[in-house]
Amino acid sequence: MSVIKKNAPGTSELLMGNEAIARGALEAGVQFAAAYPGNPSSEIIGTLAQVAREMEIYVEWSVNEKVAIEAAASASFSGLRAISAMKQNGVNVASDFILNLNLSGVGSGGLVLVAADDPAALSSTNEEDSRFIAKLGDLPLLEPATFQEAKDMTKWAFELSESINSLVIIRSVSRISHARGNVVLGELPQEKRTARYDTSKIFIPVAAPLRHLALHLKQGKVRERYESSLFNWYVGPDNPELLMITSGSGWFYSLEAVNTLNLKDRVGILKIGTTWPLPSKLLAKHMAKVKRVLFVEEVDPFLENNVKELAAEWSPEVGSWTFYGKSSGHVHPFGEINPDLIINAVSKVMDKPYSPREKGYGQKATEMTKALVPNRDLGFCAGCPHRATFWAIKSALKLDGRGGFVTGDIGCYSLGLGPAGFFQLKTMHAMGSGAGLATGFGQLHKFGFDQPVLSVCGDSTFYHAAIPALINGVYNKSNFVMVVLDNSATAMTGFQPHAGTGETATGSPAAIVDIDKLCSALGIRVETCDPFDLRDTTERILDLINDKGGVRVLISRRKCALVKAKEEKAAYKVYVDPEKCLGESCGCARLCTRIFKCPGLIWNKEKGKSQMDEAICTGCGLCADICPESAIIREEN
Amino acid sequence: MTLSKDPLNLIITGVGGQGNVLASQLIGRALVRENFYVTIGETYGASQRGGAVMSHLRISRQSQHSPLIPEGQADIVVALEPVEALRVIGQYGNPSVSAVVNSRPIYPTAVTVGDAEYPSFEKIQETIRDLAKKAWFVDATEIALALGSPIFTNIIMVGALVGTDLLPLSQRAFEEIIKESSPGAQLSDNLKAFRRGLEKTQGI
Repeated sequence: MSVIKKNAPGTSELLMGNEAIARGALEAGVQFAAAYPGNPSSEIIGTLAQVAREMEIYVEWSVNEKVAIEAAASASFSGLRAISAMKQNGVNVASDFILNLNLSGVGSGGLVLVAADDPAALSSTNEEDSRFIAKLGDLPLLEPATFQEAKDMTKWAFELSESINSLVIIRSVSRISHARGNVVLGELPQEKRTARYDTSKIFIPVAAPLRHLALHLKQGKVRERYESSLFNWYVGPDNPELLMITSGSGWFYSLEAVNTLNLKDRVGILKIGTTWPLPSKLLAKHMAKVKRVLFVEEVDPFLENNVKELAAEWSPEVGSWTFYGKSSGHVHPFGEINPDLIINAVSKVMDKPYSPREKGYGQKATEMTKALVPNRDLGFCAGCPHRATFWAIKSALKLDGRGGFVTGDIGCYSLGLGPAGFFQLKTMHAMGSGAGLATGFGQLHKFGFDQPVLSVCGDSTFYHAAIPALINGVYNKSNFVMVVLDNSATAMTGFQPHAGTGETATGSPAAIVDIDKLCSALGIRVETCDPFDLRDTTERILDLINDKGGVRVLISRRKCALVKAKEEKAAYKVYVDPEKCLGESCGCARLCTRIFKCPGLIWNKEKGKSQMDEAICTGCGLCADICPESAIIREEN
Repeated sequence: MTLSKDPLNLIITGVGGQGNVLASQLIGRALVRENFYVTIGETYGASQRGGAVMSHLRISRQSQHSPLIPEGQADIVVALEPVEALRVIGQYGNPSVSAVVNSRPIYPTAVTVGDAEYPSFEKIQETIRDLAKKAWFVDATEIALALGSPIFTNIIMVGALVGTDLLPLSQRAFEEIIKESSPGAQLSDNLKAFRRGLEKTQGI
């Protein structure tokens, strides 16, 4: 299925933006790739992992983003081309290394970091704009606007990196990374480099002010190359009434707006692919011809503010402009942009009315459907072990009655914040933050705090960032229970293997870093349970939160239902016995469909009874344990 | 083959886990093989956990388009779940939109809990017929269950779409892509599912 390794220059293939980036890296002769998965970046390294053996490259899922970029840098220091990819939050994790690597410089092998941002936080805790790290670290930044460019830019980024011995950052967004489009393939190089560390070289940021100066000089060189870059282009009339300046996903939306409003002869679009440092001469040339400028970009006004900064310098000679964009309110000041927003922005600036469809129809369609369409809340999948663990936690905390609560972090189990997890999760920030917070809560007894604290983290998150917090808790004698929701998968991002799964990114067998043994080595109480044994899990949690002080760990272990469904047949045939289900008159208040809420269970309104949806039920049989009338029957398959 | 409109805008909608992404990818690949420009924008990540999901496909002979379709600009809506058809037509529909809809509901938790109503299938059909130029309703999940698993629903619906002739794509071109993309054991099941969908709309 993978067309990524196809050596057929000139053929057009449908590639996901992330696949295009991976292909670009292969065309550049990349030999080392390391990342921690995170949407929307995961498929870059995932794609490379699929072809690693055949292409003779090394690909790993690293334990976290900081380690990933460090590992990739080692390859660069040894002369190989290397790539790392991460989501915007991951860039923060890696930032300490990045902001020293800028000063030390990279080796003779090009090093490229792809930062994939998630505008509107469709699959994230925040919608941070990671372009700022390029400015902060004086690092060259590239932003692809098309799928073709995602490939071509990645390939070129390695050349740029080697020409100035600097890390190069490519900033993508969901609508590039996770969208698909045509990409014409280039050649795959045959040549392989040999890795060797030249011991006459040192990579250190020492003498930082001097190195900072050198970094600024590099920026000057990059700017010169950017002035004539083919990743910047202009379409439109020679003297437009309005100049749109855009980057990344904004390019297609700008084009759509100009075409939709039929303004090709009046509005020009300057698309910038090299967004830091900005090609100032190119910008000055285009801006000298106009008096009105509209900025179109995703999340923060990065391009907008940096161009305005340049414009302030030019204005004594060139005059002034009216700027439209995030600051003027014509474009959303944050979040995701889309064609409608940009069409409306241009319509407003150019005073050209726009209506997406015939007014009568639009109103009718909206009204008729609005009345009928119910909301669709996100929830745990049918058969998900997290539902069971949160159920047990809820029961235990209720039985305990001291106002206990749960701190957590990022993963499928973040849904524990809402109805799916019975509103148990009270905090969610960075990877491992639930554990970090718990170590602090666990010290507050000196100030009258007497509530039990449970932190939850997934297995992949445990390795990523929870271990330091756990050690902190042990060392400082904190008082909390850590629940590791071990579903043997990095489920949220696409089931990538990790240190606990016994498999590497490229499918080779790997040592299993045993969470149980690792925790036991700290000399603390560690227990393991199967969350589907609801009674046992609830009792263990109760016992653990009543244990005297210190850090305690419960590993709630059961494989992700989606992974399980791919690997094995359903354990049970599950159905509701209509004779036994008493429905509304039972007194259970419809525990199964109203509270437990597995999507496999539905409420048959006409019959007034619960019912199984056989197209959704995964046959885990858990619901049989919660029905007080034993009306849910599970038969072994 | 030519396009009835350029770009032709297709939305595939459904509930996370129903196989939207795979369906859009197969259609996209088949079209690129026929030398079209195709752009696909999809829902990934958290929404795949039971949320409403969409894939936007822009098909053109001339150029690459943005991965999102502007409001009111859908030409074809394929719904793997019936109320999702309504949700999408409400925002992206217009008087010339066509709809191919799976008849089997997936109840949102709000409905199961009792906080929201799920409209009757008759009401859904009536509303879609009122708002769309043409609509096909297919019992895709039932056909899939009869074939052995609900996972075939998406391929059956893709077959139903190809059967309508709304896309510039022949049965053969599509079957080629299925053959290339299906691991050995799944091939005959996938082809069977595709054909079962196809015959539900072909010539209707």
